[in-house]
Amino acid sequence: MSALTIDSIGTTRKVPTNRAKGRMSRDKFNIPLTVTLALCTLAVLIPLFVTVNMAFKTGSQAVQGEAFVLPSPLSIEGFVQAWELTNFPVAFGLSAFVSAIAVAGAVLISSMAAYAIHANWERTFFRFAFFYVLAAMFLPFPVLALSQIKLSGLVGLDTPLGVGILHIMFMLGFNVLLLTTFLRGMPQELEEAARIDGASTWQTFWRVIFPVLSPMAATVGIFAFLFSWNDFMMPSMIIADPALQTLPVVNQLFQSQFSSNYHVSFASYLMAMAPAIVAFIFTQRWVLAGVTQGAVKS
Amino acid sequence: MTLMTPPARHTARPHGLRPTPKKRPDPTHFLFLIPTLVAFTLCIALPAVMGIFFSFTNSVGYGDWDFVGLANYQLMFTDPAIMASFWFTLWFSAVTVIVTNVIAFLLAVGLTSQIRARVPMRAIFVIPMVVSPIIIAFVFQFLFAKTLPAAAQAVGFGPLEESILANPDLAWASIVVVTAWQAIPQALLIYIAGLLAIPADLYEASALDGAGAWQQMRMITIPLMASYISINVIIAFKNFLNAYDIIVGLTEGGPGTSTRSVAMTIFSGFETGDYAYQMATATIFFLITLAIALVQLRLTRRKDQ
Repeated sequence: MSALTIDSIGTTRKVPTNRAKGRMSRDKFNIPLTVTLALCTLAVLIPLFVTVNMAFKTGSQAVQGEAFVLPSPLSIEGFVQAWELTNFPVAFGLSAFVSAIAVAGAVLISSMAAYAIHANWERTFFRFAFFYVLAAMFLPFPVLALSQIKLSGLVGLDTPLGVGILHIMFMLGFNVLLLTTFLRGMPQELEEAARIDGASTWQTFWRVIFPVLSPMAATVGIFAFLFSWNDFMMPSMIIADPALQTLPVVNQLFQSQFSSNYHVSFASYLMAMAPAIVAFIFTQRWVLAGVTQGAVKS
Repeated sequence: MTLMTPPARHTARPHGLRPTPKKRPDPTHFLFLIPTLVAFTLCIALPAVMGIFFSFTNSVGYGDWDFVGLANYQLMFTDPAIMASFWFTLWFSAVTVIVTNVIAFLLAVGLTSQIRARVPMRAIFVIPMVVSPIIIAFVFQFLFAKTLPAAAQAVGFGPLEESILANPDLAWASIVVVTAWQAIPQALLIYIAGLLAIPADLYEASALDGAGAWQQMRMITIPLMASYISINVIIAFKNFLNAYDIIVGLTEGGPGTSTRSVAMTIFSGFETGDYAYQMATATIFFLITLAIALVQLRLTRRKDQ
């Protein structure tokens, strides 16, 4: 191991940790503890392994429901059938559409609102707006659900677009909190220099504020994607047309049709889970840093 | 910029600098905020107010309605189905908060110790956070219904030879397991951040004074982690009270109604035309959520001082 490593919290630290007991030499590792923790990772890995394992079986083998018997022969029959049965491309496209709206909105709208609140913190109106959107963090979705179903039906937003908008608004309070906290740490001279150079507020936001915000905005965007992509409650309640449902809801709607064709159901689950896991693998450093920042600062 | 220290202001400022209370505000800032506030009001505040308003009526969700005062609330408190879902949700949340935080804390201590493969292991433990709750609940549903009974039969362990999902007295355990499985990563990351913030010399000094690992845990780690523990308890409790996705995937509230959460009860009002009645449930649910959050915040504040 090198003297400095990037650990998964996103910070650079010396390898000997603060939990070294007493005067432990630098290259002495606690092997029993390592083994214990490695065994604990099985609790995470087994369900994922079973999902992949079942998905690649043939129909005749999957019916037996043996979770730990390896597929023989390997088959993509389950994927082919799930693809057709659930009309996967459409559901995938709709999920991507909802997530894209949620991510773009969470990043842009929250950043603009946070900047406006930050720049006018002395004004009662802006401070009130801050606490107003923050208060929503205490409103559970079930409390709003039935009224939202009514309202969204009235204005024709009982669609994927409506769910995307609701996702943005649901996350607004937390995101504005994160981003205003982050802006307070920004040197004021940056903004003033832009003003002296004659930049308008609009230009200042795009050329100065947003670039400064970008690390935190990336975190906000990643969490918006994970929340929106995985959400079941809101689309299942809000989207009126079953043909326009997102992937988690589609998987629930087809439960009865999957019956004991486990290769089809697990292939379908895998295709629904994979994008979020892949996104996590590529962005894990921001995800890990973001969780801790968000929690510790709020 | 903090509240306490207003920025040093130049006497002759070019037009358009950060406005002072005397200056007129920048219209662009209003443009950044007002549309968002309007949308937020329509999407979040209006449904909340509507729900509370209609809880005092006999509306079925459409058409005519009359005020009925507190009738819905009176009915609700004597409705065994609703009370059962409240008790189930509170009890399940309390159990799952304890399970989640104990495991996450122990894992965090382990993952900040002198172990090999620390970084890949941390990454693995975080994966549950990114998978869809309802999808992973379907996977566990298969494991509880098929794999676990088969394994129990193979080793001849009687109690688990039947699927626990079909047993009204045990089905809740499956929901605790899957909810904790999914909630542990978030708590774990917060605990890791907290443990890394503890100065290493505290441990070194106590070791020189002859403190063992258990004493270090009791006298240093746990007291310094108190605020992180309360943050995690608040976040987890708030999330678990809304339990819905995982229950739909595992038991759909069954067997019977033994695992129905408050969220499921409220949503059922949409199909059965009990809009106003379930809005009363939702209002009480909101007040309970708020009360729990405020009590926990109050306790946290006191600890910090």
